[in-house]
Amino acid sequence: MPYPASMEDSKRKVEETRSRRIEKGPPERIPAEERTALVPKFHPDFIKEQFRELRIGPNKGGRAPLEIADLLEGNSRIDPDRIDLDKIDHDVDVLVVGCGGAGGAASLLAEENGASVLISSKLRLGDANTIGAQAGTQGCDRPNDSPLLHYLDIMGGGHYVNVPELAEALAKDSPDVIKWLEELGVNWDKEPDNSYHELSGGGASRRRMHSCRDYTGLEEMRVIRDEIRQRNWHGRKIDWLEFEPAIELLMDDKGQVAGAILMNLETRQMSIVRAKAVVIATGGMGRTHIQGFPTTNHYGATADGLVLAYRVSCHLVHMDTMQYHPTGAAFPPQILGFLVTEKVRTLGAEIVNCDGEQFVHPLEARDTEASAEIRECKERGKGVSTPTGEVGLWLDSPMVDIKRGAGTIQRELPAMVRQFGRFDIDIIKEPMLVYPTLHYQNGGIVINADAATPIPGLFAAGECEGGVHGRNRLIGNSTLDLFVFGRRAGRAAAKWVKEVKLGKLTLDHVRKWQREIKEAGLEEMPVSPMLLPNYARQERYVPGFQPLGQVSPYTPFGDRAVRWI
Amino acid sequence: MAQETRVAEEGKVEEKVKMLDIYIMGKRYKVPDAGLTIQAALEYCGYNLIRGCGCREGFCGACATIYNFTYDPTIKYGLACQTVVEQNMVITQIPFFPAAESLYNVGDLQPKEGVNKLAELYPDILTCFGCNNCTKTCPQNLEVMEFVSDAIRGDYEKVYEKSFDCLLCGLCAARCPQGLQPYNIALAGRRLRGAYLAPKSQHNLDRVKEIEEGNFDADMEKLKKMSADELRELYAKREIEPAL
Amino acid sequence: MPYPPYMEESIRKLEASRQRRMKEEIPLISSDERDMIVRKYHPDYRETGKRKLLLGPNKDETMPEELANQLEGNSRVDPDKVDLSKIDYDVDVLIIGSGGAGLSAALLAQENGARVLIATKLRLGDSNTIGAEGGTQAADRPNDSPVLHYLDTMGGGHFENVPELVWAMARDAPMAIKWLEDLGVNWDKETDGSMRELELAGECRRRVHSCKDYTGLEVMRVLRDEVRCRDNIDYIEFEPAIELIMDDEGQVAGAILVNLETNKLSPVRAKAVIVATGGLGRLHTQGFPTTNHYGATADGLAMAYRVGCSLIYGDSIQYHPTGAVYPLQLVGILITENVRALGGQIINIDGEQVACNLEPRDILASFEIRECTERHKGITTSAGNVGVWEDIPLIDMLHGEGTIARRLPSLVHKFRRFNIDLIHEPVLVYPTLHYQNGGVRMDANSATEVPGLWAPGEVGGGVHGQNRLGGNATLDIYVFGRRAGREAAQYAKEVKLGKLNLDHVRQWQKELEQLDIAKERPFSPMLLPNYARQPSDYLADLYTEKLQPGLVKLA
Repeated sequence: MPYPASMEDSKRKVEETRSRRIEKGPPERIPAEERTALVPKFHPDFIKEQFRELRIGPNKGGRAPLEIADLLEGNSRIDPDRIDLDKIDHDVDVLVVGCGGAGGAASLLAEENGASVLISSKLRLGDANTIGAQAGTQGCDRPNDSPLLHYLDIMGGGHYVNVPELAEALAKDSPDVIKWLEELGVNWDKEPDNSYHELSGGGASRRRMHSCRDYTGLEEMRVIRDEIRQRNWHGRKIDWLEFEPAIELLMDDKGQVAGAILMNLETRQMSIVRAKAVVIATGGMGRTHIQGFPTTNHYGATADGLVLAYRVSCHLVHMDTMQYHPTGAAFPPQILGFLVTEKVRTLGAEIVNCDGEQFVHPLEARDTEASAEIRECKERGKGVSTPTGEVGLWLDSPMVDIKRGAGTIQRELPAMVRQFGRFDIDIIKEPMLVYPTLHYQNGGIVINADAATPIPGLFAAGECEGGVHGRNRLIGNSTLDLFVFGRRAGRAAAKWVKEVKLGKLTLDHVRKWQREIKEAGLEEMPVSPMLLPNYARQERYVPGFQPLGQVSPYTPFGDRAVRWI
Repeated sequence: MAQETRVAEEGKVEEKVKMLDIYIMGKRYKVPDAGLTIQAALEYCGYNLIRGCGCREGFCGACATIYNFTYDPTIKYGLACQTVVEQNMVITQIPFFPAAESLYNVGDLQPKEGVNKLAELYPDILTCFGCNNCTKTCPQNLEVMEFVSDAIRGDYEKVYEKSFDCLLCGLCAARCPQGLQPYNIALAGRRLRGAYLAPKSQHNLDRVKEIEEGNFDADMEKLKKMSADELRELYAKREIEPAL
Repeated sequence: MPYPPYMEESIRKLEASRQRRMKEEIPLISSDERDMIVRKYHPDYRETGKRKLLLGPNKDETMPEELANQLEGNSRVDPDKVDLSKIDYDVDVLIIGSGGAGLSAALLAQENGARVLIATKLRLGDSNTIGAEGGTQAADRPNDSPVLHYLDTMGGGHFENVPELVWAMARDAPMAIKWLEDLGVNWDKETDGSMRELELAGECRRRVHSCKDYTGLEVMRVLRDEVRCRDNIDYIEFEPAIELIMDDEGQVAGAILVNLETNKLSPVRAKAVIVATGGLGRLHTQGFPTTNHYGATADGLAMAYRVGCSLIYGDSIQYHPTGAVYPLQLVGILITENVRALGGQIINIDGEQVACNLEPRDILASFEIRECTERHKGITTSAGNVGVWEDIPLIDMLHGEGTIARRLPSLVHKFRRFNIDLIHEPVLVYPTLHYQNGGVRMDANSATEVPGLWAPGEVGGGVHGQNRLGGNATLDIYVFGRRAGREAAQYAKEVKLGKLNLDHVRQWQKELEQLDIAKERPFSPMLLPNYARQPSDYLADLYTEKLQPGLVKLA
């Protein structure tokens, strides 16, 4: 649906002010003092009532968003006394939980280094936030750039609380990641002189964002997924299970992580995986809809890995901050919350209010940009309302072709042209409506530079781990994070499995957790990990109703293998 | 696919029975090599069927299934309750396929000289270009394209003869590039033939009239009042017509 | 898979005796002999596998265990959690089930001015009717009469049938045939235009009308199409009823439906309710396989029992003597009685006839069970199933080449899938759970003891006494389906409904608690059998309601 009449007036103002704004240029960047006042006042991270203290577990006393706290304090989905740990369904070196870019990279590197790998994927292999990543992957590979500058940008963007070794790893490995992906077959955009086409991004002091038009994540994932499949089909030791997420980790009696329990989402059957090492790569938490925000994340982004790791006593870091992408689509409702890449602003588009007026530099760091937008709408009342009750601001995309030449948008943002085009909005000629959307988990599971957690045998890579980006991630550093720490995790896990000897499998950590829950009086907490959001309309749902549940006393698969079929 | 080096071996539970690999909507499962039908294999893997399950014996068309093999992309069709799984089979079911149905009363079906009723109800039938996809999909091995041609020609008798074993599973409609629904067209054809073209059985019409006029009522009252013993005697004495 | 080597010797003996057997005629046994053999060998008379009901209208009567569990089951509905003021559908006649009885009822109700809603558990028309092969009895030939039909039916039922019901069925039969033909059903005809009619077991005249061996499918295709095309008949699929709704005057006033895919409950308010839920094969009484379709789980019996309907002959189950035994994929499925009407004989491992092939079903089943158990003359398959032969190739020898292919096409097709050629090879058969002879007590219009509730078809009882004849089931459904539809529509015009309630559920649950059996009984109706292999435990629900902060408005 093209824009409704109620939004036409405002849209016209945007068109009217356009040439003036282009001539004038963007407003000044917000001075430091104003920024330190702005963000705490408007950023969702600072609304105290939306957070609470954790009552049990390694981060007891720490703060987390209400929705995440519920998950972390949740009950286990299993009853340890009803699980027969002698019935192993899969026995491998490395179990990788989750298969986006990080899981994929970890699997490939582990296999290359001699380990047998099993991937447990909650949805299809490759269904992940990575696929939707549009902008690009940072890599400090131009002559006027260096890992030192990259490091500085990472630390600055993260408010200087990043773990130095992790930021260092991110920066140093970045050029190699670009190279590795190209060797696997990723089609990076190039200049006519064969150098990489690199854009700037918010918070980056150099142009270092490598992209594949605005399909970067999709291109990377297609290649990684195909590589995994090809290796499998060639008989190499890498395999996967789809629609079978992990719901609990296994330990052994020496305190090492020893595998996981998976659950088939369709049949509710469990399988037990014994593994010498486990890599958690479960991605983000957008589908918990913190503070009721829509999200850019995929269907399965429910913070499962945080829960699994928390239960085996891993600490989490920076759980009190989430990244809200400043430009999520606010119209039409079919794409509410979806990512409108920062690249649009990098290419020259500005965010303007209902009167068509500028109010913030388009390339402030994300938390600043988001806070400014929220202020514009909430305090200053200058947002645009949609017929479904959303509020947003205009992102004036037509400025891009005007500034950079006709055809730029079509060339650089074909996915977005297509996405809005489905709804009769031509972003080449019309502005988009945007608003902050829940996008990224800045923190997560604590790891070292080898992507190892302090729990022996447990590794974590990608969005689910923390410390790399401090309190705020820069554009292009997430898809970098996946591959840097995914590969490091794979390598480290393969090395670990050569040395480790597993003891007797146990679920005592679950019993311990249940005791803690009981002592704290938290038996009423729902089960976790969440696995999938529940969007079915719930008007007449009767809890506990079991339409099918009685096992037929006469079953074809009785004592004999098959009796009739 | 080299199974010997496959890293994720199934648990020891299944060791004694030879297992087959099958793929249910792309997801790999192992089932015993014991002649399981697709339906039994789904249940073996833990699925409780709601859609795609009916008479379980090949009559009702509920379980229309599309499959091929990992080594052969040619699409094949069958009924899940009757088709036995094989190694490397890749399966999906289509329990429902949107297909147009014409609205009519049986009175509307009365044949008229010079009018093809089926073409009237389903005008698109004339766009059939003979690709034979429909015939290839039919799990009952019917000559679907032939009876569609018969329908185009208005030969209701042949439509009735050739389509009689149709289970209305819908696979033909799913594969017709022109969006035709041979199974619905044939159904209208058969009803037309049954109601109007089949030879009339006068004896039945006569009997109906007799009953409505109450010819048997008196005898019936007598029978109803008989005791069990009287009835048994009458029963034992009744003359049995030879069966053949 | 053709027959394995270990069966070959027996097949050879069968072939060797064939010429002789073609002329061999075994007489039918007497009524007294019938009673004796049935009592000794029929599964209905076994000591095990049954128990007395502890509550309800048939309290203290003995029923098969599986059925007793369903009748005494817990309601699936918590009356305190259902808001009966939020009605989803408000109709004149609600029909539960959409086989031959349900659809016949729908058509007649609509013709008599009612707004009809059909709620069906699977797809419209998924039912036992579809798999019916043999045919439909109707005394419409000059040398026949409804009186003879009545007599045959009473005899088959061991003279315990309810006379009014049998008369209603015999009388309406010829009209049912005509009605179906007018709707477009293609009955088999002779070259002179008369109906082709077979004689099935227990009948004294040839009166079974058929459509090759697809009789049920042909009729269902037509009825389904007709229902679809008529105004004022609506239907919902995959939404079975799980509880009847009453009003405060003791009248049935609707039902609660559940969507099998989303778990959503829908209360339906209806002035009249017709329960046409069919059979109970998927309860697998006495551990038998079944000919029945996936949804045959006695739902209607459970719901009717809970509102106070009594059952008649609820413990009388028909085991069809010729259910397939081999191959494994076809175990339990029906091999139509028409095969025997055409001359197929039942043969033991030595190639000898077991009994007269036209004994009524319970008698023949008893003979077969005796042959395989006491006399050890059955054939055992490698899967451990046992059976006797049915010599199908005899048919072509008796009637001419091509008869089998022409008259039994669906059967030929079924076995050809597994490389067994019925034109040249026999099949292995054994009794299979087939039909519920009894059911909900009803009158000649299939009205039950509770006002506002009808129960036509297999779910109703008394028509067939203690044993149904072949060809009478597909007749039962049309006759009583039509009568129910007609009467329900009339009733709906006059009745005034009171306030809706689920008090009968509260009362029921209270009784279960008092007897201290609530926790042991399953939920009923069962709805669907659970055949999924169960090697490991089931887990907590995938979704929990608490984790839904600020549900975001999505398009």
